[in-house]
Amino acid sequence: MNARSFTLGRAIRLFILSFGALIFLAPYIFMISTAGKAQSDIFSSSLSLIPQHLSYVANFTKALTRVSMTTLLWNGVVVCALIFVIQVAIAIPCAYAMAKLKFRAARAMMVLVMLGLLVPIHATALPIYVAFDRAALLNSYFALVAPFTISVFGIFLFLQFFRAMPDDLIHAARLDGMSETGIIARVIVPNAWPAITAFAIFSVVAHWNDLYWPLIVVSNQSYATPPLGLLYFRAAEAGDDYGALMAATLIITFPLVAAFLLAQKRFVEGITMTGLKG
Amino acid sequence: MSTLSLRGIHKSFSGNQILKGISLDAGENEFIALVGPSGCGKSTLLRILAGLESADGGEIIVGERDLSPVPAADRNIAMVFQSYALYPHLTAAQNIAVPLVMRNLTRTQRLPLIGPLMPGQRKAIANIRRDVREMAVSLKIDHLMDRKPGQMSGGQRQRVALGRAMVRRPAVFLMDEPLSNLDANLRVHARGEIVDLHRRAGVPTIYVTHDQAEALSMADRVAVMIGGALRQLASPQVIYDDPAHVEVAKFIGQPRINLFASQVGPDAIVAIGDNRLRLAETMAPGAPVTIGIRPEFVTVNRSGQHGLPARLDRVEFLGSEIILYCRLDAIGETVIAKLSPSEGSGLAAGMPVRLEFAADRLFVFAEDGRRLPSLPVGADIALEKAHG
Repeated sequence: MNARSFTLGRAIRLFILSFGALIFLAPYIFMISTAGKAQSDIFSSSLSLIPQHLSYVANFTKALTRVSMTTLLWNGVVVCALIFVIQVAIAIPCAYAMAKLKFRAARAMMVLVMLGLLVPIHATALPIYVAFDRAALLNSYFALVAPFTISVFGIFLFLQFFRAMPDDLIHAARLDGMSETGIIARVIVPNAWPAITAFAIFSVVAHWNDLYWPLIVVSNQSYATPPLGLLYFRAAEAGDDYGALMAATLIITFPLVAAFLLAQKRFVEGITMTGLKG
Repeated sequence: MSTLSLRGIHKSFSGNQILKGISLDAGENEFIALVGPSGCGKSTLLRILAGLESADGGEIIVGERDLSPVPAADRNIAMVFQSYALYPHLTAAQNIAVPLVMRNLTRTQRLPLIGPLMPGQRKAIANIRRDVREMAVSLKIDHLMDRKPGQMSGGQRQRVALGRAMVRRPAVFLMDEPLSNLDANLRVHARGEIVDLHRRAGVPTIYVTHDQAEALSMADRVAVMIGGALRQLASPQVIYDDPAHVEVAKFIGQPRINLFASQVGPDAIVAIGDNRLRLAETMAPGAPVTIGIRPEFVTVNRSGQHGLPARLDRVEFLGSEIILYCRLDAIGETVIAKLSPSEGSGLAAGMPVRLEFAADRLFVFAEDGRRLPSLPVGADIALEKAHG
């Protein structure tokens, strides 16, 4: 009896979870389906998931030829990688200093980090845009990357992680003859991989999918990031060609989906470890 | 070889004085145990010595040099931490090699990719490998060299930590309760090993512990710290048999010393039971003093006229000894006595007994805790009587 009620409870739970997953996945599934539909299929009055005439090849060819998809993806990779690397390079030493070194400005810095967490990019977008415009820096990787290089969120996340690291470890490193930079490179970073992975998810997902900031600072197609490229695609090339648009979207979301599926276990570990949810 | 001297080290945290002018000398090859109740400042003192914390004042002299302004990395002082503080991402061999890599390789030689191209790097690394190997063999951990700290037991980690501290031949060796995370059997075994290692290394060693048995059994000299001040620095025997302060007497000794409040009588005589002690210095009659006697110097008589009448409250059998808790009839205070099992056989709670104190083992302490030198009165008379 016990076993039966267990299986019943299990079944109900599974059903609820599957239902929830289906709701969340529905748009993506619909996107995959639409990417394979011909124009006539999309605009037919009946709603069907399976395309009547499979036109994946046609749609993907359109998506790949009409905009330079490689440039878009390359821009996405360059911008996300630059942002992530610089963010980590700045946030780790900063968080280490705030967590483990004693200095007078530590409290003031903590307050600034908190304030930074409260101010969204939308509030500072206009002044930064004006500054970049005056400095003739618009339409460049610099304009896409620079505003995000200092991530207060990253500092905060690493700060929490480093606080839990034992002081004795750092003391031992100091006695073994390491400088502060040596401690960061040889002790902190090798032990901070779970936190770095967790931060990588937040940072890369946010900046890969970001449309707001590229839309402001980029008007030249050759610097367009994937979401901005999609926008151009729709506005200029496709018009109402939703099949090709969905095919392009599929291509653009694919890297993140693939990366997540490949490193799923590590990501989940990283996120549960830092106690944060996306 | 080097010596270590501390001169008037003091330190306060937010107005709280943690260290009140600590001065201490350790000769080359000397093992000093720094012992005291938790919160007495012993760990802070060790951290100041290591350079992890800065003192508000005072000097740390190693050899001829004042190290107070020198950063921890350049002091050539090694430390074993209570938590061992091994690098979790490195193997045992890499852990032990770290201090050598940091000291014997130049900045460029340490760089990845570029390092191996630097002249002399190959030879320096071969030397480091050899030193690490020798250290591992001498600590009998050479079979563990490829394991990470997470895959080792507490005792093995402790050896790796010792190896990492000793491999670079430091000028001073510091240990912060290195045995407190080991189980009881291993701890006793590890005591002997640490003493052996110290002898081979031959550098001044400061060993912090709250365990008096460790301090007494391992050290050449024991420094007792109470409330941020160094109360006594002497050989284990002197610390035990001749405490300079009531706090030292209270802290050292298991079970605890018996203490009685008393007063100075006429002619600087202090009396307890049948015993009378004459103080070496004259004190006003009526001045409060404390009299102390260690439990093993309390004799328990089942009958007779001598001694203080008392009642047995509790009998603890510990195998090699018996601990008796007796309540004095006159003042209701508990006196602890330690007996051998043969002396104590047949004693049970509730029995009336008489307690006698060994006259030459009584200590007198002034109100401020300072020891007052004293001599038993009547010892010579008793001796004459016996011979006469």
